[in-house]
Order: sequence, then structure tokens, then C-alpha cells
Amino acid sequence: MELSEHIKTANVEDVTLRRPFHPALRGTLCVTSHHLLFSDRKDEASWQLLILLKNIDAIEKSIENLFGYPRAVGSSGTITIKCKDLLVLQLEIPGMEECLNIASSIEALSSLESMTEMYPFFYRPSHLTLHGPWGLSSTEQYYKQTERLWDRWRVSKVNSDYSVCPSYPSAVIVPREVDDDKLIRSARFRQGGRFPVLSYCHHRNGMVIMRSSQPLTGANKKRCKEDELLLQAVIDGSELGYIIDLRSAQQAQQARMTGGGFESKSCYSHWKRIHRHHERGKVVQESLTKLVEVCSDPSHSVDRWLSKLENSKWLSHVHSALSTAGLVVECVERDGHSVLVHGSEGTDNTLLVSSLAQLVLDPASRTVTGFLCLLEREWIQAGHPFQQRCAHSAYSHARLKQECPIFLLLLDCVWQVWRQFPLALEFSEALLLRLAQEVYASNYGTFLCNSEQERCAAGVKENTHCLFQSLLKPDIEEQYLNPLYEPTDLAIWPSVHPQSLQLWTGMFLRWTEYAQNMEEAREEVWSIVKEHRERAGPDRTNNTLSTHCDTLTPFENLMDELTIL
Amino acid sequence: HTHIYTVEQVKLLDRFSNKSVTGTLHLTATHLIFVESNSTSAQEIWILHHHIASVEKLSLTTSGCPLLIQCRNFRLVHFVIPRERDCHDIYSSLLRLLRPVSYDELYAFSYNPKQNDQEREEGWQLIDLAAEFERMGVPCDQWQLTDVNREYKVCKTYPRDLYVPITASKPIIVGSSKFRSKGRFPVLTYFYQEKKAAVCRCSQPLSGFSARCLEDEHMLQAISKANHNSRYIYVMDTRPKLNALANRAAGKGYENEDNYSNIRFQFVGIENIHVMRGSLQKLLEVVGTRSLSMTDYLVGLENSGWLRHIKAIMDAAIFLAKAVTVEGASVLVHCSDGWDRTAQVCALGSLLMDPYYRTIKGFMVLIEKDWISFGHKFADRCDQLDPDPKEVSPIFTQFLECVWQLTEQFPQAFEFSEWFLIQIHEHVHSCQFGNFLGNSQRQREDLQLKERTYSLWAHLLSEKQNYLNPLFSPSVAESHPVLEPSTQAYHFKFWRNMYNQYDRSMHPRQSILKHVLTLQESKRELEGTVQALKTKLQKFGVSTSPLKPQTPPRERSLPPRPQSLILGAPLLSRKEVQQEEDKEVFGEEAREDAPASTGGERTVEGSSATENGYGELMGSFGSKNEPGVVTLEFGVARMTC
Repeated sequence: MELSEHIKTANVEDVTLRRPFHPALRGTLCVTSHHLLFSDRKDEASWQLLILLKNIDAIEKSIENLFGYPRAVGSSGTITIKCKDLLVLQLEIPGMEECLNIASSIEALSSLESMTEMYPFFYRPSHLTLHGPWGLSSTEQYYKQTERLWDRWRVSKVNSDYSVCPSYPSAVIVPREVDDDKLIRSARFRQGGRFPVLSYCHHRNGMVIMRSSQPLTGANKKRCKEDELLLQAVIDGSELGYIIDLRSAQQAQQARMTGGGFESKSCYSHWKRIHRHHERGKVVQESLTKLVEVCSDPSHSVDRWLSKLENSKWLSHVHSALSTAGLVVECVERDGHSVLVHGSEGTDNTLLVSSLAQLVLDPASRTVTGFLCLLEREWIQAGHPFQQRCAHSAYSHARLKQECPIFLLLLDCVWQVWRQFPLALEFSEALLLRLAQEVYASNYGTFLCNSEQERCAAGVKENTHCLFQSLLKPDIEEQYLNPLYEPTDLAIWPSVHPQSLQLWTGMFLRWTEYAQNMEEAREEVWSIVKEHRERAGPDRTNNTLSTHCDTLTPFENLMDELTIL
Repeated sequence: HTHIYTVEQVKLLDRFSNKSVTGTLHLTATHLIFVESNSTSAQEIWILHHHIASVEKLSLTTSGCPLLIQCRNFRLVHFVIPRERDCHDIYSSLLRLLRPVSYDELYAFSYNPKQNDQEREEGWQLIDLAAEFERMGVPCDQWQLTDVNREYKVCKTYPRDLYVPITASKPIIVGSSKFRSKGRFPVLTYFYQEKKAAVCRCSQPLSGFSARCLEDEHMLQAISKANHNSRYIYVMDTRPKLNALANRAAGKGYENEDNYSNIRFQFVGIENIHVMRGSLQKLLEVVGTRSLSMTDYLVGLENSGWLRHIKAIMDAAIFLAKAVTVEGASVLVHCSDGWDRTAQVCALGSLLMDPYYRTIKGFMVLIEKDWISFGHKFADRCDQLDPDPKEVSPIFTQFLECVWQLTEQFPQAFEFSEWFLIQIHEHVHSCQFGNFLGNSQRQREDLQLKERTYSLWAHLLSEKQNYLNPLFSPSVAESHPVLEPSTQAYHFKFWRNMYNQYDRSMHPRQSILKHVLTLQESKRELEGTVQALKTKLQKFGVSTSPLKPQTPPRERSLPPRPQSLILGAPLLSRKEVQQEEDKEVFGEEAREDAPASTGGERTVEGSSATENGYGELMGSFGSKNEPGVVTLEFGVARMTC
């Protein structure tokens, strides 16, 4: 079925658009294969609203005069459009039939399943070319840049055809002394084949963060020699490593009943296991739904607000993610031990914790490029199933089992870190907001598919543009820079007391409240900082001036003497 | 300082982690001082006796005798003293010192900042309320200064100078005052010149179930007539209706609309001092909990009701400001005695209406007027002397918090930052300056405070730099003189920097505000140097053409590392810089003459991740030494933007 067959009514005139912070507008509504286009009727400087249909999470229609005569004069309908970036729009469409047609087109086109019909495969802006480089980094590049790895680690291509682990990239970094055969065996012992691979090597002490999925020990406590050897090779001589298991001890025990499990003390004697409970999947998804519900309801009193906020549990997830990341940092940076992070599948909370830990530890990941590289390595190439997780956001009623806003949770946590270290990150909140939008609906192919393997099969790199590449174009990157940025080599440990964490208002209340005062204040800060930068490096000028001052002093004394004489 | 005791080998436990430091505890006539023994960091904590709310001796443990001290500025310290005997001595001396029996024993009477009499006098003359009323445009053709209370004969808790409508004669005033609780008859507190609308305050009428007072009715009539813009005046009873009703049984109550012509009566529903005291108690319990979970935090915050009370006060002030600025109506505000909720609402309402009160000087004037002169009972509410726990209540703290909530919503509207508010709060309880001593102006005159103590305002103005809000924009104030805050629930936030101000690990590690201040400071320094050079050159008769600074080397060059920002400091001298920074933030307290409290207590930041609350690694490593390289070099810039 052609996309256009879904469109029964392409154009409607005299539509009224209502959106937050703006007066209602009348204009023409137009549905295309991938967009909803609204344009007001004024000829000059006409204003347009273009929404990707994929960005639409849910629509609600209410038809007046439903039981009256069809096509009766004055019958009309209202479509409420709830977007995945949390924007809510209302369209008043004259004519009942038009309204129903538009609604059904939107419903059909916003939930397309076929990968190649998605908009990134059609997006061809004139300023971008498909032949440019795709992506920013790769396993090999990371290896090349990280000198500390060269001695004891190697890049393995054991997964080059994605047969060992379908969700891993083709190349991974593993201990040099472990050969590919051992990796294959270890992969068989791990859920989804996600055997332990290197995620980060700390520049200061060479300690590493590894990640994997759970071992398949099962009810009768199976072992895998190669897996044990692999982990042994990771710590190589140092006395101990930590396994941060992102499930409670009880959950880990229960996992054995279904074939999963954990690394037992007796088999992995040099590894110490710590359990930290993290919610996942449906629970986190429901948190988001509840949170957004609370934030878009303006009627609550102070008391109900806090209890509803609590009830959503979203901030609790933020709290535990940052706490566990802090724990990992503590192991690596303070105590000097290597860490293995995993939960069950190793594709969600595992990535969340390991990438947050890197943001805290690694100054390189706090630049715009570094942060995007981190996302690329630790989320896209590491096989976070974006397509499944981000199919819907907070409004959709059609719940699929696979959805979970873990990536949004990551962005929230990064925002919390930025709140506590406003000078330490090169990028601003705007970049986080942009990513939060792109991950759900995008012109670019970056967040398509669930793994590198799928991306390869769908020809994503050949047929779509890369978001990260385009974000780094100088004129675009500028919008996302933090003018206060001052690089620091130190780890930035966030405080995780509940009093130190806050609701991300820029995200969750962005359509509820227009914070003009805050916006103006922010601009003021920027202008002060910019003014300061444009000035000559004051330190130097200052020094020069002081030197002049000093040289003048003898003359001054001389003059004084003369006067006395 | 007169030394009373010195105890060595005292342990100071961290409130939220298992960390502790060892040091020496000194007890002097005015302070309790803890000096850490570790010579490299050697942090000190100075606690003024007046700041101590309670001392508790816990049961003996193997390591010693725990002493728990809770302060009114929300500091909580937990000492462990090796010998029980020492602990008991300190404990009993503190108990004695904590309960001064006469005003003369308060710190303000012994505090000497090395100023001469003239300087002190000038300090007291900084705030002039007569000039303030003149600024508002009073006296005028409708309002006059009355001398009826010159000798404090009509109302003991009011100031001498009071402003009333022209048409309110002395018999009316006296008659009205007899019909009002504690004689606090309606007087002017703020005049909105643009609409000639007045904000007046008083106490509840002694109406009981049916009593009337013609003079009081005339008084309200006179207030109403003084404003030609509106036919009616609002009477705001800031209590919940139920409380007002209950008061009727005691012969008090509220205005009967039938007896007063042209009034619009309105209840606002701010709870009484006892409810507020309990609410703060609950709040502090929650935010002082160790390893607090997010759920317990949010639920606890809600159950304390604290933010709900803050919102109630804000709602009342907004109502007041709207009635005056939009409708142009005069408003009479009262509660029971007219010195708690009334002060909150009048002061906050005026602050919403008048940009002057949002400046540093103006804010001092506002506090002097609506709180000090109109007789908010600071001595009772802040437990200065002769303790009656039933009278203590965080009424003034709530006012400061309301102002803070406004600074969060309007970051450019205030000349001062939150440190100004926190510093005022500190000194309301410190009894170091004379301003807040006693319960009324009359009492302050009896105590001869102006002769015997120093004024806080002069002190704060002398270090104005520390309290400036770098984002303050007078032009915003001009274009939007009246603040219209949103009262959406999410705008009411927990004021961490107040209630957890001494819990260092909680505060953001970098601050935009501080950064901007540093930039501005370096700009000023530079300009100073240029000026010095010019002067010198002129001295030689060299004509000075403006010095051209070198052109910037690169377009996106980073700003220089400011000296005071810990970031740029070499690793080894971290701790010194840390202390320097403390001095900067709390400049006043680092001065030798005013060592009150804050000081260097804050431990080396981030040296332990456990301090950050990640939870601790389980055993197996034995005791770990603190790492050689400490990860958090920023110190705690205790500011947020």
C-alpha cells in the first residue's frame, strides 16, 4: 500500500490551530505522507507549522453533531494532537467527514512499521550530501585514541557478521589474552550473546568499566570457564573487581529460575558483586506517563502536586541512576578497581549507568563532540533497541511491551549533572532537549533500528543522514554550546541527596509554562560572559598594567624627593 | 573571649555519612568553638551560644559521650567527647549559657566591631522611616502624621510615629484602639501613590458576637474616604475563618460587614504560629534524615505542609497587591494581634508592588518598617530571652522564604541574592546586633539599644558586594514595577540553601551566580588598575590618552581563571583556597571580630563519595585512606542561579 493511499483528505481550509502560549490561528491544514502542515492564510510572511507525523503520539477526536445530520452546516470536529515531544495541539476542522479523514490518516501514517518508509529515507535537504561520513566514532577509533589500552587490550572482530551477538557492533574491545574462541563460548553463556566488553578505560589509572548481560547460570548453577577467564583477564593481577548488578539480590536469584543468573562468588572469586535495584521496562514507561500527566494538569494544589510527583516515581529513577553511576565512579576513580556493569539484558540500565559514569569521570565526554561520541558508542552501537523503546512516548494508549524511556532518563540525569556543574559541560540544555525530540521522531537515521546489524540490513548509513554529523556543523553546534564552559580534568561527582535533584522543568513543563523571566536572566548571564570574553584577556592586560605601575613608582619617589629639595 | 573549657580529642560526626574528624572543643563566654587537629586543613566551627536551640546529651557509647547540638540557623552538630565528665561539664555550662536571664547578657551588648561612637550612630541613622513615608508621598492631603502614640500611651507595641487619615480625629483613634486587640488600631503602612490607595494594618476587633464600636467604624470610614479611586475598602482577615469564629467566643473576632459601610471582607487562611512551628519541625526532620529516599523526601515535604503555608502567605500578598494596584482600593489587613501574619502579608504585598523594596537598602527599610517598628515580637518568636516554647515560631523565616521564592521566579528583579536573606536570618537569631532585640520599639528604647549596640544594616551595607545579584536589572523593575508571581504548585520549591545550608555535600559544586560575580569582580579590578595608572601619569603631568587594551588573541578564548575560583587553584593548596572561598561567601564571619558560626566547618569536598550519598562500598577493603588526589576541586560554591 502506497503511503498516499492513507490520505483521504489532503487539504482542509479554515482550520483553527490552538497551541500553548499563542493565540489561535486560522489557516490551511495539509496532510502529506510524513508531515502535518499548517499554514496561516496571510500571504506575506505566512507562518507555517510542520510536524513529523512520527512525532504524533496520540490523537483524540471529538465530533460535534455526531448523531445529527451528516454534512450539516456548521458541523465540525476537533482533533487533539499529542506529540512525543510533549507538545499538545488542537485543530478545529470544519466538516465532520474531513475531520474523521484527517484523523484516520494521521493514525495510520504516524504508526508506520516499515523501516524503509520512514522519513529519514526521504529526507534530502540541499545542504547535506549522502556521501559524507556517517557517525562520529567507532570501536576502532576509540581504541586508537586510548593509548592506555594498547598494551593489554585488543579489538576483536569476532562479531563481524553479527553471529556471536546480534546486538553488538562488529568490533569490540576485549582483553588481549582472551582469544576469539573463548569469546564465542563466553557469549553463549550470556543472555543475547552480550559477553563482557570494554566500555571505558579511565585515563587516570587505567581501570576499566565493562558491560555485559546476565550470565545464564540457570537453576543448576552452570559455569563457563571461558567467561570466568575473560573476567579474570580484565583485572589481571589486581586483587579485585566489582560487579554492579542492576537488580536486587532477590531479583537476581529469581532470574535463575528462568535461565538467567549472576556471577557466584565461588566461580568469580576476584570479583565482588553489589546489587542495586533499578526499575525497568513498563514501570519506567508508566512513570513517564504519570509524570507528564501531572505536569500538564494545572489544577493541583501544592500538596497534591508533590504527592503526584512522588507517585510518578520518575525522580526516584533519576535518583537511583545517578547513585549507581556514582557508585561505579567511586569504584573506578577513588578505589582504583575495574567494574563490570550488567542487569538482565544489558541493553538499558546497563548503558544508562555506564554512560553516566563516563560523563562524571571523563572530561572528554563533556564536550559536544565527546558527548555525542559517547551516545554513539554506548547507546547506538552498543545496541540499545531505540526503535522498540521509543516507539511511543507519554501519551499513547497503544502500549507495546517493549517501550521504555531509558534514553530520556539518561538525558534527565545529564541535565541534573549540568545543574550541579554548570561550567563543566560544553553543551547546554538545548542539546538535551533536541536529542529528546530526535530520539522519538527525526529527519535523520541515527536513532533508527535496534542494532548495528539491523541498521546495516536496512542500509541506514547509505540512505539517511547522520544527526550527529549535522549537529556538529559549526553554525548549528553554536546553538548548543554552553557559554560558561570551562573544561576541567577532574571527575564531577554529583550530589544525589534528594534535596539536590530537581524536576527537569525545561523538558516536562516546557509547554506548560513559558518562563520568560528565566529566559531573560539566562540571556543576561550569557551577555555578561560574552562581554568578558570579548575583552582582552584581562589577566594579561592586568599584568601589563601592574608592571607599568611598578616602573612608575621609582620615578614617583624621585619626584617626591625633588619636591622636598 | 573568656575561656571556660577546653576538651581535646573530640570527634565531630558528619550528619549524613559515617565520616568524622577529630579536634579540640573550646567553650568561651560567647561561642562554642571546634578546631580540627589536622594541621593541614584545620577547619574551625564557631557556634554562637544564641544560635543554639537545644543541647542533648545522648547515652554513653564505647567511643565516648555524644553531644547533639541543634542550632536555630539549621546547623546540627554531633560531637563525641571521650570522657563523660567533660561532656557533662560542657553540657551543663551550655545549658546555663543558653538561657540568659537578662538582656544585658546578650551578645549584642558585648560585641564590639571596633567602631567609634560616631560610626555607630551613623549606622543607626541609615534607615529613616520618616523619610520612607515621605518617599511614599505621606503626609499628603489625605494622610497625616499623628502624635497620639508619642508616649506609647495608646498602643504600647506600635511605634511613636503613626500615619492616619486626615479625618481621623484623636477621639476616633483612641476609641478605635480600645476596640482592637492590644490597642493596635488601623494605621497606614504602605501608600500606593499612583492610585492613592493605602495598605493599613491593625489587630482583630473586640467584636465578640455582637459588640460594635462607632469610633472604629468611623476609622474604617475615614480610611475609605481618603481614597477617591474606590468606593470600598477591603478588609483582609489573614486567618482561616474557623480560627476567627473561635475568637468570637473570647470576645474578639472580625468585622461584621453590616456594621461597617463599604467594606469587602475577606478571609485568607494563613495558619497560626503553632501550626507553623510544627510544620517547620516536620520539615527539618525530613531533610535531616540520613540516606533519605526520593519517596520519603517528597512525601515528607508534602506532609510537613510547609510549602502549602508558604503558598498561603504568597496568595494573600498577591491578593493585596492586586486589590491595590489593579482596583486601586485601599486594604486593611489584620490577623489576631496584627504582628505575625499581618506583618508577613503587608511586607510581602508591598514588596510585590514597589521595586524599591527589592533593593538592598529598600529591603532593610521594609523589614525595619513592617517587622521591627510595628512590633513583630522578635524576642519571643526567636526565643531570645525568657524562653516560652509556645511563643517561638518561624514567622519571619517564612517571610524570607517567600522573598526567596520570588527571587527564583524573577531572577532579575532583586538587587540582592539569597545570601542576603540567609545572612539576615542568621542575625535575627545571633543577637549580635541590636536591631532585632526585644519585642517592640518601646522596649528597644528602654534597652537603649542605639547607644549600647550596633546596627546590622550598617554592617550588611559595608559588605554589600557579597550580597549583590549580578543579574539585577533596574530597567526590568521600571518596565514591570508590580510583580505578578505564578502560584502554580511547581513554583514552590524547597529552599535547600536555607534549611540544609550547613550540609555541604548537598550543594551544587559550581555556580553560575558565583561565576558571574567573579567575572564582574575581575572587571572592576582591571578598571581600578587603569585608574591608578592614570592618576600616577597625571601626577607627572603626562597627558593620558585612554589605554588601549590588547586585542583578544582568539575569538573564543576562555575567560582567565579567576583567583578565587577553586578550579584554577593548584591541587596542593586546595584547602587554603577552600577557606578563602568561605571567607568570600561569608566575608563577615571570617573577620576576627565576628567569628559567628559559619567558618570553615565545611569539610573537604567530595573527598569521599559516600558523602554524596551513593551508599557505601561493602567491607573487604579494610579501612581506606582518603585518596591522595581529591576529585572535587570546586569546593562548594554555595550558590545557585
